[in-house]
Amino acid sequence: MVSLAGGYTDWKRSGLPTELPRTLDGEKRQRYSRHVLIPEVGEEGQLKLLDSRVLLLGAGGLGSPAALYLAAAGVGRLGIVDDDRVDASNLQRQVLHSTGRLGDWKAESAKRTLEELNPDVEVVPYIERLTSENVERILADGWDVIVDGADNFPTRYLINDAAVWHDIPLVHGSIYRFEGQATVFKPGAGPCYRCLFPQPPPPELAPSCAEGGVLGVLPGIVGSLQASEALKLCLGIGEPLVGRLLLFDALATEFSEVNLRRDPNCPVCGDSPTITEYVDYVEFCSGRPAHA
Amino acid sequence: MSRVRIPPQLRGEVGGAREVPADGGTVRELLDDLMSRFPALRPQLVEDNEIAPFVNVYVEGEDVRTLDGLDTSVEHGSTVILLPAMAGGL
Repeated sequence: MVSLAGGYTDWKRSGLPTELPRTLDGEKRQRYSRHVLIPEVGEEGQLKLLDSRVLLLGAGGLGSPAALYLAAAGVGRLGIVDDDRVDASNLQRQVLHSTGRLGDWKAESAKRTLEELNPDVEVVPYIERLTSENVERILADGWDVIVDGADNFPTRYLINDAAVWHDIPLVHGSIYRFEGQATVFKPGAGPCYRCLFPQPPPPELAPSCAEGGVLGVLPGIVGSLQASEALKLCLGIGEPLVGRLLLFDALATEFSEVNLRRDPNCPVCGDSPTITEYVDYVEFCSGRPAHA
Repeated sequence: MSRVRIPPQLRGEVGGAREVPADGGTVRELLDDLMSRFPALRPQLVEDNEIAPFVNVYVEGEDVRTLDGLDTSVEHGSTVILLPAMAGGL
């Protein structure tokens, strides 16, 4: 039995546990002052961001703006999964990298850029392609939100399944030429990627940006939307794009939205899932008959 | 007559248009009208007489798979969006 008589002073003197409310130090208060001024964020929200951990798939077109804004916002830990090196053809849009970094690992280049932007942020580079073999190890490092800026279907289906099983919100973005899409797959609250697209298109029907091209600024817009959604999820504020797919057309300068619904028959997030462990995602996306 | 929004991946099949008109009281009739004029769209939209699993069709912002599929009715003047999966991010 613990007595509260004597108030805080007696409580502390008798060696009982105490906790001082955390506050931002002077330097951080200045750096994040424009966040602290917003009632929906404030000091408490900024402390939350500093404690947040966001995993980014890809340090490319979408990952570049997303990572820059998340780092600037003071998200305390950013994981970056990318097995590629900086190529001259990337620099038209991948603003994390620069001419002097040609040939460097993108994940390392991203770490240098982001830590220079904000030393409060710890950047964890994973110089590897996400696979069924490494996904559990990478997720075991602990992430609150995942930002998907991958460039291929196998990775998108793999991270979808992993996010559902680990109950981690997944901020999806994709781009092609002048058009982009963004949504949030939040397990339990809305559909997953497989509800939206039960199967990938046959490879011959799905040109990539490398084949079809992309306007350099387009990933800047879509990746920034992904960063905005990720920040909202970390802070627990606003209405994230759950159950809504945002479509952006840069040529028409037009945003539109369609509704997404969870499919009760979804093999991964449905009522009676039939896929409960990682599959061969390359085979699943190859157009050959897939097996669960 | 409805307006069908053509995604960038499929514009080559319709002569580059971003939007084409199509006629039909149901999604099935509308797609038949569209594919009769642009036959190259068929393998991109239909598989085994159903909407292909890698493409979504939205009528007034709703996925027709959550309505009556190909039998979903389409009001005159509706906006129909065709949306194939898109993987690009880099």
